[in-house]
Amino acid sequence: MVPASYYLALSAMLFCIGVAGFLIRRNIITIFMSIELMLNAVNLTFVTFSYQWHALSGQIFVFFVMVVAAAEAAVGLAIIIAVFRTRETLNVDQVNLLKL
Amino acid sequence: MLHYILFFLFAAIALGGALNLLFQRHPINSALSLILVMMSLAVLYLLLGAEFVAAVQILVYAGAIMVLFVFVIMLLNAGEEERSRTSRVAYLAGVPGALAVLGLLLYSVFAHNSNFGSVQLGTYLVSTGALGGLLFRDFLLPFEITSVLILIAIMGAVVLGRRDS
Amino acid sequence: MNLRLWLIPLLPLLGGIINGLFGRLFSKRVVTAVALASTAAAFAMALYVAANFASMPADQIPHAETLSFPWISITGFEVDFAFFLDQLSLIMLLVVTGVGFLIHIYSAGYMADEEGYYRFFSYLNLFMFFMLTLVLAANYLLMFVGWEGVGLASYLLIGFYFQKQSAANAGKKAFITNRIGDFAFLLGMFLLIKTFGSVDYLQVFHQVSAMGVEHAHAGILTWTALLMMIGATGKSAQIPLYVWLPDAMEGPTPVSALIHAATMVTAGIYMVARSSAIFDRAPIALTVVAILGALTAFFAATIGLVQTDIKRVLAYSTISQLGYMFMACGVAAYSAAIFHLMTHAFFKALLFLAAGSVIHALGGEQDMRNMGGLKDAIPYTFWTMAIATLAISGIPPLAGFFSKDEILWQAFSSKPTGWIFWLIGLITAGMTAFYMFRLLFMTFFGERRAPQYADTHQGHAAAAGHGHKPGHGVHESPWIMLGPLVILAFLSVAGGWVGVPKALGGQNHFEQFLAPVFEQYAPHDERRLAEAEAGVVGPAANRNEPVPENPESATELIMTGVSVLVALTGAFFAWLFYYKRPELPQRIVQHARGLYTTLLNKYYVDEFYGATLTQPIMRGATDVLWRGVDVGIIDASVNEAATASQEVSRGVRRMQSGNLRSYAGWVAFGAALVIGYMIWTGIR
Repeated sequence: MVPASYYLALSAMLFCIGVAGFLIRRNIITIFMSIELMLNAVNLTFVTFSYQWHALSGQIFVFFVMVVAAAEAAVGLAIIIAVFRTRETLNVDQVNLLKL
Repeated sequence: MLHYILFFLFAAIALGGALNLLFQRHPINSALSLILVMMSLAVLYLLLGAEFVAAVQILVYAGAIMVLFVFVIMLLNAGEEERSRTSRVAYLAGVPGALAVLGLLLYSVFAHNSNFGSVQLGTYLVSTGALGGLLFRDFLLPFEITSVLILIAIMGAVVLGRRDS
Repeated sequence: MNLRLWLIPLLPLLGGIINGLFGRLFSKRVVTAVALASTAAAFAMALYVAANFASMPADQIPHAETLSFPWISITGFEVDFAFFLDQLSLIMLLVVTGVGFLIHIYSAGYMADEEGYYRFFSYLNLFMFFMLTLVLAANYLLMFVGWEGVGLASYLLIGFYFQKQSAANAGKKAFITNRIGDFAFLLGMFLLIKTFGSVDYLQVFHQVSAMGVEHAHAGILTWTALLMMIGATGKSAQIPLYVWLPDAMEGPTPVSALIHAATMVTAGIYMVARSSAIFDRAPIALTVVAILGALTAFFAATIGLVQTDIKRVLAYSTISQLGYMFMACGVAAYSAAIFHLMTHAFFKALLFLAAGSVIHALGGEQDMRNMGGLKDAIPYTFWTMAIATLAISGIPPLAGFFSKDEILWQAFSSKPTGWIFWLIGLITAGMTAFYMFRLLFMTFFGERRAPQYADTHQGHAAAAGHGHKPGHGVHESPWIMLGPLVILAFLSVAGGWVGVPKALGGQNHFEQFLAPVFEQYAPHDERRLAEAEAGVVGPAANRNEPVPENPESATELIMTGVSVLVALTGAFFAWLFYYKRPELPQRIVQHARGLYTTLLNKYYVDEFYGATLTQPIMRGATDVLWRGVDVGIIDASVNEAATASQEVSRGVRRMQSGNLRSYAGWVAFGAALVIGYMIWTGIR
């Protein structure tokens, strides 16, 4: 008999840890992983609400989120590899050529 | 009773893994912590009666995506993070922002506590058939589009990962 | 009958436009032909109009012609392009076209070697157009168009040698000073519109004639009259707006003759005479006019006593004579003023043209101290100038005597304070004779003096690169220049004979001719100030009375004799100081150094105006308006807007640091704000 709001609270906390990780970490790959963490937290929220309202479409959406996350991960890591080849570093502070 | 224990246990594992991801210096440790988080999330999905989602979570997320991450980390031979100058904005505006978001979300969740019911293990189970029926009937178009999306992602990854030679 | 009055101003305008647009391409002959033809045509038309006028029945005078297309037509106020012919405008018309034509002929010879020849004639024709519009206008607004236009033409012609700084400045000074007067004239017109709802002569005068004389108080008519008078002081160079006329001598000599002697400066007198209906009912304004006129006459004559530039002497003489005309208007002797206007046009134009001939002969010399002994070298110029000098000094039986004497007599007989004006006029007449004969003696008699005094007023030769080399030899001017001199000399002799007063045996045709104009709206409850008791045919009020032979005509004879005597005295002293004993002037100057210097420096009026008006305005414009407002506020605000946007963008640009994490930080911050907003609105 766990209140649904506990699940939501957990999801919120995971999400914010993801955000914090995104902001604090310097390694590109770790930043990427924080993004994945955020997506997972959102997935938890969707499933919780799907249980709450007995609506299947919540889980469908989770499905789609996962697909997108997979695609994004693939492309993103490819970009990281390309950046690594030119810059020889994984420090995100050094990828600043878009500076005005 | 069991539900309680299971929930809090795996919630704690998830949080612990997340925090570990945050504080580890070597990216491989962060990757492994993330796998741990995903595993525990799969258990939580099971507690919520979403079998298919839990299975897909392990198969796709933990099994494919995280393996991809580990591959890249190994490939690039990423070492420990060095200490370097950080962005002040990220700390000054970002972290308080994130904390603010957290506070807001928690507030909004608990302020409407009465609107939410409670989760009881076993009261709501979703069959894969029902999910499939919904997916291939009502959500057919997004499904097809995601397949195109995956195709594009594959092509993009191949092109981006190519050496210029 | 339709006399097509509008053609008279139009012909010179066409000439001016043709010469202005195409003169550059024409040869000198064509330019001259166009200019002279248009002026001659205007003169011919004037004669035709005069001939028709003679046969016009009295009830058709004044004869007004309105052009069919309207000018201003709004509720409650209408103005048309309307032309007007009565005795007064007919006289002005003949003077302007006649003298103008003669001066055009003279200029063809005088300006023959100038560059900008076509430009000169274009401007001159333009001037004729505006002056004729002024004279023939049937309402004040059209007259004002001509009024402003002659000011413009004057500016263009004074600054004809525009490469010379002093000429350009003189043009500016003339225009600006005129403008001040014009402003007052405009205010007067506005008063007219407000009071009478029209600016048409006939309508205004008709309404004015129903109003009473404003004796002790300053009513609407007095204010209107005073404002118009200020306008006249600007145009006719009276105190306090006369300062532009001496500087206007920077222009070519024909310009000085035409504009600043014969025609433009008389516009103010004409305007006052035309508005006699108004002035007759505003005794205060009339008194002011008389005082101003008398003061100006005296004042300018004193300055003229010591000037050394031949054209300056003539300029101050013009101001002085205009003062006489103003004074005559001030004692309501309008026809005497117009009479003097006409004779003055003759002999003053002659004086200027002859001076031009002298300057031409000497290759550009204008300082009288460097002249002398020219009597035998340029005899025609000498004799015509001598005739003009006699005329202006008021020696009978030349023209100036009759007109000046008429003014003095009218001034004397205007009660009760007229004798003061008469006395001032008399003394001024003496001074006039003195300085004119001084000019004659210094220029033509004695020994030819070496050019020891460098003078900066060498307008004619220096600017133009005249064909004469110094020491070339003094020679007479060509006949194209001498012809007009002779004609004007003849007019200076005979021109006064139309106005011989009764006391001397004449009929005074001139005053009879002009009488209807000034009688028509004269107030009838009151004898006019210049009551013609002295045997001259009087106003309509007592036209039916027999002409009395009263003791007043004896008084007039005595007065005449006195004025002739004073003129001869002036001439005698000039002869003494500048012919017989030329060392005397120097000795007198030694004793009265201060007075002499003051006179020589024109009472420092220009310096006074400069210090009190020009300098503060210039300084105000520079410091306050330019530096303070224009640069400090307007420019600064525009620049500040640019600088501010630059600064803002510099600040905003720091967001695009290229640092991924700072972007993320901003996003998180923004997300917090948005979520907070959503929750906050959701809660309410």
